[in-house]
Amino acid sequence: MSLSVHIQKKLGSFETHVDFETASDPLGLLGASGSGKSVTLNCIAGIMKPDFGRIELNGRVLFDSEKHINLPPQKRNIGYLFQEYALFPNMTVLENIQAGVRAGTRRQKREAALEALERFHLQDVQNQYPGTLSGGQKQRTALARIMVGNPELLLLDEPFSALDSYLKWQLLWEMSEYLKPFSGDVLFVSHDRDELSKLCSSVCILDHGKSEAVQAFQEFLLHPVTLAGAKLAGYRNISEGTVHNGVFHSDSWGISVPCTDPQAKAICLSNDHLHSLRNGDTDIAIECSVICRLAEGDKDVILLHPKHGAQDAILCMNVSKETFFANNQLSVYFTPADAIILTSVSKTGE
Amino acid sequence: MDWFPLLNSLRIAAISTVIVFFLGIFSAYYLARLPRFIKGILDVILTLSLVLPPTVVGYLLLRVISPKRPLGIFLNDFFGIRLTMTWCASIIATAIVIFPLMYRTARGAFESFDETLASAGKTLGKSNTYIFWRIRMPYCRQGILAGTILAFARALGEYGATSMVSGYTPGKTATVSTTVYQLWRLNDDALAFKWVLVNVAISAAVLLAMNYFEKRSMRSGGSLK
Repeated sequence: MSLSVHIQKKLGSFETHVDFETASDPLGLLGASGSGKSVTLNCIAGIMKPDFGRIELNGRVLFDSEKHINLPPQKRNIGYLFQEYALFPNMTVLENIQAGVRAGTRRQKREAALEALERFHLQDVQNQYPGTLSGGQKQRTALARIMVGNPELLLLDEPFSALDSYLKWQLLWEMSEYLKPFSGDVLFVSHDRDELSKLCSSVCILDHGKSEAVQAFQEFLLHPVTLAGAKLAGYRNISEGTVHNGVFHSDSWGISVPCTDPQAKAICLSNDHLHSLRNGDTDIAIECSVICRLAEGDKDVILLHPKHGAQDAILCMNVSKETFFANNQLSVYFTPADAIILTSVSKTGE
Repeated sequence: MDWFPLLNSLRIAAISTVIVFFLGIFSAYYLARLPRFIKGILDVILTLSLVLPPTVVGYLLLRVISPKRPLGIFLNDFFGIRLTMTWCASIIATAIVIFPLMYRTARGAFESFDETLASAGKTLGKSNTYIFWRIRMPYCRQGILAGTILAFARALGEYGATSMVSGYTPGKTATVSTTVYQLWRLNDDALAFKWVLVNVAISAAVLLAMNYFEKRSMRSGGSLK
């Protein structure tokens, strides 16, 4: 099972340039809004036509600009789960599912739809219209409608972005259960790393229309490679700067860090890597004034302003609930080895 | 009282509405896919008969189908057909006058369509014909129904263009509206008034039907979304 996508598409002044290949595991496409995620999915599904490039699914060419191949979406055999599910409002749940069956006589189609109705636990609402369904029932109907067609690839376009957090959790869990028996490829698009982490084992970052190299998900969380990646991985302490003679100068934090990578464009630190005490001789200190203290789950977060840094610079440090500081002037420390060096563009994007 | 004018009005309105129903919908559907410039020009041409005086439409139509013009001569020589002064000419004239009503309401309805539904249909392997008739049309049925009724109502009231191409021949081309004019001209006030009442009754019935459908589709539309 493999999908390979190498395409370019220009829409107005926005250019999408995407290169990635999937292995057997579900791949997450992670990008901020407006990073070209939907364009990419639409090109893969055949709803939009890329300007250049090639798309291949399990050895089958879906699109090739040089050979003038462009299969219509009907023949690509790709399941597309749209953001708001795109259920047909004039059809019942059963009719919607039946619309997804691709082959067979009328009777065979009905039987396939009835079987899916049972598999996705929708018997009770089979004669209802989509407008009367709950969020979970809508999602199951949309999934059932796709799965009865036996797609080779499943595209998920931010299916959880409009939901409140409890429902999101519930539907994520449900989705992962229903996707278990699915043997095809899965491409899951989102701007939220928490959603992706539950369904995907590897991730590809999209930044301003450019794709970056595919990374394993855990690796991406601990060692993001690019500035865009660090932001999407949830890092809050990020400082851009420049390298001179093996030293990285951070203007916004007002410090210098030893750095061997001449390509370094920024460094980032997790909230846990900032400490209020010096741990080793090589630790780097940042003199800060405390802005405020926020409760975040079972920890507190202290927002700090580096005294010798830029005016709008802010650092975040995790502290336990029991820790208190006497005054609002504080020196924080980090070990240089903990700092993650970022290059602003990835190798594949260049 | 001879009921022929009523029958004639109804059949002209019904047939021209059926023709315009399909023509209007397909024009609205295909025009939306054209480049902006061509779309703008065609849009003006297709809407022109809405704002032109019906007599101008009638005059232009006469220039095309008159037995002294090329098309009229052709039809007469090869098929022995003379269109002017027949009720068939009324159908053509009425269709031209009511076409913009259908076309513009259908266009508005199609513009409100959620294109994601069409994309979903395509990725599910559905043909464009299926998507048009089973997804797009049901979704837009409110606007299309309203446009159809509006076109029918306007067709019933058509006077100017039809009287120019079909004239007034009792028992052949007389419609309700031309009959009222003729009776008034002949000073038959009592009969003219009867036809006026008939006309008002029919128009009111059509408008009532339109309101009924609008309310009903609003209710079902509410539960569908």
